[in-house]
Amino acid sequence: MGLALLVVIWLITFFSTYFFAAKTWWLPHGASTSAPWIDHQFGLTYIAMGVVFVAAQGALGLFAWQYRDRGSASKVEYSHGNTKMEVLWTALTAILFIGLNLMGSKVWADERFEPAKADAVPVEVTGMQFAWYFRYPGPDGKFGGTNPKLVDPSAGNEAAIGLDTSDPAAKDDVVAGTMYLPVNREVNLTLRAEDVIHSFFVPSMRFKQDAVPGLAIHMHFTPIETGDYEIACAELCGLGHYKMHGMLKVVSQDDFDKWLASREAEKQ
Amino acid sequence: MATTATVHAHAAPQGFIRKYIFSLDHKVIGIQYYFLALVAVFVGMFLSLLMRIHLIWPTAVLPLVGEIKPETYLSLLTMHGTIMVFFVLTTAPQSGFGNYFLPIQIGAPDMAFPVLNMLSFWITFLAFVAMIAAFFVSGGAPLHGWTGYAPLSALPSAGPGEQLGADLWVISIAIFCVASLMGALNFITTLLDLRAKGMTLFRLPLTCWAWFVTAILGLLAFGVLLSAGILLLLDRNLGTSFYVPLVVVNGQVMGHKGGSPLLWQHLFWFFGHPEVYIAILPGMGVASQVLSTFARKPIFGYKAMVYAIMAIGLLGFMVWGHHMFMSGMSPYSAFAFSIMTMAIGVPSAIKTFNWLGTLHKARIRFHSPMLFAIGFVSLFVSGGLSGPFLAQPVLDIPLHDTYFVVGHFHLIMGVAAIFGIFAATYYWFPKMFGRMMNESLGRIHFWITLIGTYAIFMPMHYLGMAGHPRRYSQLTELAYLHDLIPVQQFMTYAAFITIGIQFVFVFNLFWSMFKGPKASDNPWEATTLEWTTATPPPHDNFGGHTPVVNHGPYEYSVPGAPRDYVMQTDPVTAAAH
Repeated sequence: MGLALLVVIWLITFFSTYFFAAKTWWLPHGASTSAPWIDHQFGLTYIAMGVVFVAAQGALGLFAWQYRDRGSASKVEYSHGNTKMEVLWTALTAILFIGLNLMGSKVWADERFEPAKADAVPVEVTGMQFAWYFRYPGPDGKFGGTNPKLVDPSAGNEAAIGLDTSDPAAKDDVVAGTMYLPVNREVNLTLRAEDVIHSFFVPSMRFKQDAVPGLAIHMHFTPIETGDYEIACAELCGLGHYKMHGMLKVVSQDDFDKWLASREAEKQ
Repeated sequence: MATTATVHAHAAPQGFIRKYIFSLDHKVIGIQYYFLALVAVFVGMFLSLLMRIHLIWPTAVLPLVGEIKPETYLSLLTMHGTIMVFFVLTTAPQSGFGNYFLPIQIGAPDMAFPVLNMLSFWITFLAFVAMIAAFFVSGGAPLHGWTGYAPLSALPSAGPGEQLGADLWVISIAIFCVASLMGALNFITTLLDLRAKGMTLFRLPLTCWAWFVTAILGLLAFGVLLSAGILLLLDRNLGTSFYVPLVVVNGQVMGHKGGSPLLWQHLFWFFGHPEVYIAILPGMGVASQVLSTFARKPIFGYKAMVYAIMAIGLLGFMVWGHHMFMSGMSPYSAFAFSIMTMAIGVPSAIKTFNWLGTLHKARIRFHSPMLFAIGFVSLFVSGGLSGPFLAQPVLDIPLHDTYFVVGHFHLIMGVAAIFGIFAATYYWFPKMFGRMMNESLGRIHFWITLIGTYAIFMPMHYLGMAGHPRRYSQLTELAYLHDLIPVQQFMTYAAFITIGIQFVFVFNLFWSMFKGPKASDNPWEATTLEWTTATPPPHDNFGGHTPVVNHGPYEYSVPGAPRDYVMQTDPVTAAAH
């Protein structure tokens, strides 16, 4: 039985670790400035935890076999513990865990403590059952007012977020169901939700943030590769949660300007 | 300390109803809780099987539920989580085994408040009935997940199941809180006041320490959830706005204004995180007890284990914000919650080291309880080590609300806690029912459950890393999920086998109850007080006398002692202390 435990626990450990180490499934390709930093912190944590995992499971399997009851051949060490060892492994664990945490906090601070830069592209993201809408302020650089009474989800776009067209600042606002962003420029996000909590999750941008009714949450990230990236909803928001997805198209600055101009033209 | 005669005022009951239904005997109540949890775990497991089937065969029409619509899937998920957390993981290890064995292990004739004890069971039962009723009302069971985030949970128009079903869900949880508060008071009083002579705090078995600290956690946590639930009911039915700001649902402006969705999350997780420890601490206690017994060796670092339990209990109340790193809470507070969360990993690691230390240079007997205790340690390590990923706010950016989290908490508070329950069942069954369980069936059950649960829950980490969000009823909408479907298929097959083998356990349980070989008073050659009394114990636990405790709880292989264990009641002349 001891040998069986050793074999099974070691095999479980091997297979679990193998699929991590072989990166059979791994974080999706990162295409934002923060991706390398986040991935680096993930890798660091992964190595530290991986070593502890293999060591602990290895010891468990080994002890189960080595110290199995072998009748009179087994000598039990009568011991109530070892204070020196307790202090040692408490200190080591504390240093490892807190140290990892401090290393990661720099990345977190860069992500969340600083506001977006002044030249960032402003985009307002609105989540509702079960769609994402993206609003651009237009040439005036100002988001116009919205009015809950005007919200009409079935009409889509401007009407879906209840854009108040009587507000002069709202006249040039563009609302789209697909998110366009210029590459290598920071985006200054404002996240809102109309009905329940949603979560704006763009795996390739290493970006996730809940959109909460009643709050306007300001966030930023910078895409660094052109391409199409899927947007998911990561907070349970109702029966259509699984299909609340969108598309982020990261394009060149020229293409972005052209796209925005054409949407402005459609509005006139 | 009160004397046992004054406490044990009620005589052994005679009629069937007072003996088995409305019993005041903590042992009967413990068994009632256990069977309630057994029914609940099969309901919860059945729901999870339906979910797993739906994920890989989305169009399949299933028995009892028919076609699974997206909202049906979310109802299954909500009810699975709620039933498992409240009626299994809180009920079996603490209210079930704690009720039965805490008084006996401290040498008391019963709980401090037997009537309160009976009430807390029947109120829990009522809560279970209310929860199950949610399936059968119009609109069905709620779809807001076991965490019930507002405004989704607060607005009847936010989805199917959010009408009467959601009310029943909240009411059931509120009733459950009342029962848990009563139980917690009873556990705390009993442990503090009814210990036998010589049973000092540092001679308590680690199971008792775990039940005691768990009761304190329950006392502090369930009160908050009860209040939160009442506010949610008011928001739902009386038009208040605790959790709901001005919102527009499907074009309709709701009548709420100014509420805070984050308030619910703070209150819920102030309960919800300690709840994780309410589920796992008793399992840690059982693992310590069983490992020491079958390793024939004192537990390594008894005092360190006690301080670790206390530290986990204390820190458990300071980490709730780690569930909310992506919620819109201040990023500065995320930093504080993250440090506290890493800190709680330290006492957890101490416990793991001490379990390994207990096995080192031991003489291990591999009976079923021991197999499950070793499995517990393995799963605790595996589930625990994904914690430091999720404790870092910056890694929650890719991992929060993905399958990585689902894998993490299932391994540690789901499966590890269940392994604790299994270890406790195989260990104490002889004392509870006077017969031994079948060892071969126990082994088959162990091996397939161990491998099976790893096969189900380890791949969830890979899915989570790849960005697979949780709570998705269909995997066809997001293109990047397509490649992950084979992993989901593998997990469903593993779930079939793992769930199937649980029927072997249930068969073993009931068959052994009537047909198992008769158990002696101390079949495992263990040291704690429950093994000094008759099997099964008489109504007043010790047959008219009160035990006197002379030794610590884990005196195995004491040099110079006549046998390889010194029971807690053995005379002081034995070499142990």
